[in-house]
Amino acid sequence: MRDNSFYGPLDDPAANAGYDEGHPQRVGFFTDTSVCIGCKACEVACKEWNMVPDDGFNLLGMSFDNTGELSANTWRHVAFIEQPADARGTETDGRGPVDLGMPGLERPGDGYGPETRTDFRWLMSSDVCKHCTHAGCLDVCPTGALFRTEFGTVVVQQDICNGCGYCVSGCPYGVIDRREDDGRAWKCTLCYDRLHDGLEPACAKACPTQSIQFGPLDELRERAALRVDELHARGVAEARLYGHDPNDGVGGDGAFFLLLDEPEVYGLPPDPVVPTRDAGAMWRYAGMAASALVAMAVSAFAGRH
Amino acid sequence: MREELNVPRAEFRSYYGRPVLKQPVWEWHIAAYLFAGGLSAGSAMLGAGADLTQRPALRKVSRLGALVSILASFYYLVSDLGRPERFHHMLRVAKPSSPMSMGTWLLSAYGPGAGLAGIAELMPSWLRRTRLGRLMWWLARPAGLLAAGTAPGVASYTAVLLSHTAVPAWNEAHPQLPFMFVGSAAASGGGLGMLLAPVDEAGPARRMAVLGQAVEVVASRLMERRLGIVAEAYTTGKAHRLRQWSERLTVAGAVGAVLGGRSRAVSAASGIALLAGSALLRFGVFEAGIESTRDPKYVVIPQRERLAANVVESV
Repeated sequence: MRDNSFYGPLDDPAANAGYDEGHPQRVGFFTDTSVCIGCKACEVACKEWNMVPDDGFNLLGMSFDNTGELSANTWRHVAFIEQPADARGTETDGRGPVDLGMPGLERPGDGYGPETRTDFRWLMSSDVCKHCTHAGCLDVCPTGALFRTEFGTVVVQQDICNGCGYCVSGCPYGVIDRREDDGRAWKCTLCYDRLHDGLEPACAKACPTQSIQFGPLDELRERAALRVDELHARGVAEARLYGHDPNDGVGGDGAFFLLLDEPEVYGLPPDPVVPTRDAGAMWRYAGMAASALVAMAVSAFAGRH
Repeated sequence: MREELNVPRAEFRSYYGRPVLKQPVWEWHIAAYLFAGGLSAGSAMLGAGADLTQRPALRKVSRLGALVSILASFYYLVSDLGRPERFHHMLRVAKPSSPMSMGTWLLSAYGPGAGLAGIAELMPSWLRRTRLGRLMWWLARPAGLLAAGTAPGVASYTAVLLSHTAVPAWNEAHPQLPFMFVGSAAASGGGLGMLLAPVDEAGPARRMAVLGQAVEVVASRLMERRLGIVAEAYTTGKAHRLRQWSERLTVAGAVGAVLGGRSRAVSAASGIALLAGSALLRFGVFEAGIESTRDPKYVVIPQRERLAANVVESV
């Protein structure tokens, strides 16, 4: 099938962007939220390495999440959800832990199976820029500030960005934003500077549980598939991958996740689609409207008066 | 204008009720640009038509209107940037995947034509007698025609600019938005001609205004019907009030054009109503977009419905 630059599966975004055959493998993140402990080392490491300014020292009342969301000044955001058992996503899709109804005498965490499950759980996830195969931000940038690197990631060039803000509205995940006092758009670079020196990104380096895994994307996808199967075999039926599928609306993400509930519980869109998918249709409708305007103008002058 | 939903509202889950998307960082300047750009395009077309059909007064006011509004457009666009001094970076690339890039080049093609035609009308008679003045006057017609030729693009690309985002209220309205904007451009251009030109030359302006108003209202109603839950962003709150007033003023202006077009006073009042209605439409659409990014329901519910529909299809 012919690779489409705008939509659909695309094996090699870097080649599609013009890099020659010798470019490095595509790299990305696999964030396995089932082992995230919510330590926020990723947030701190990212801010320290990239010298990202603070985004306010607030108490948001969202469990341990006082960061709130990804933004120009937050490139890794750890989400915390405290879930009572009845709030789990079992009703809608029938997936969920199997309750055997037998009380155990073991300490919490000693066992693995569903019978050790309590009526409460934590969901913790480190969110990041997805570095989409078809990136809405990159597609709409009118200055060329946003570009595809040889690693397949998406980076903003800060000496070119003029702060038009189109990328902010182009992102279907709500990741990139404009920095208020600075005027330009900022987001995760996947530590482009570290990649050049053969190092892994700061957040992956700092993560103590290997929740954030960095490497070639193909390898990460294989690892993720095995991990999901393993969790299903252990009775964690609600484990699922998010952003792994090249057939999804953005062509698959460079940074994908293993989630333990529906995406919207974590603040992620259930079915994101790159706006460029409908570009052809949009321009066609605009062309029809433009023709209608010409017809209006011509008929306004037709006739005696 | 509220539609009754036949299906009970779906429950949806979110992360503490927080938005999924980022709000557009564009401010009212961009809504003002949508109006000024459309007005300029509509006026440029009226001006070219008036030039070709010997209507000097209509030609003059339309060309001047196109000039002033395109200058205002550039001011609004540049001032909304985070780094206005870097506005020329837009000219670094020509990217078909970016409507803003395409718009930059469209405006670059349109601007000089509208500018030259407008400046030619502004020349005082002593300047017009000089060689430079005669040359500029001779260039005014082709410049005006060039502007009129690119004007339909200027009037319609802004709809693609808004739709080509993740903003639900803009993206899902992409079939109708170009017609709403083009109708509004025609209505505002016609309104300006009705306001400033004498009644015996303003016939085409009146017709343009009425046609534009009809297209705009029909497209607007169609959009509301086709949008599903996202229609609420247009039919509630501030966006709803802006659009209601826009429709009232635009319809009033069109009625004035049809019934009272021979009266200078009625013409002028109708022209003002049409201009105000066009501006309020753009602000209303803008506000609806912002509202649709604030509430996660506009993202989660339609996407969940789409996923459910895909599952049904694949079974």
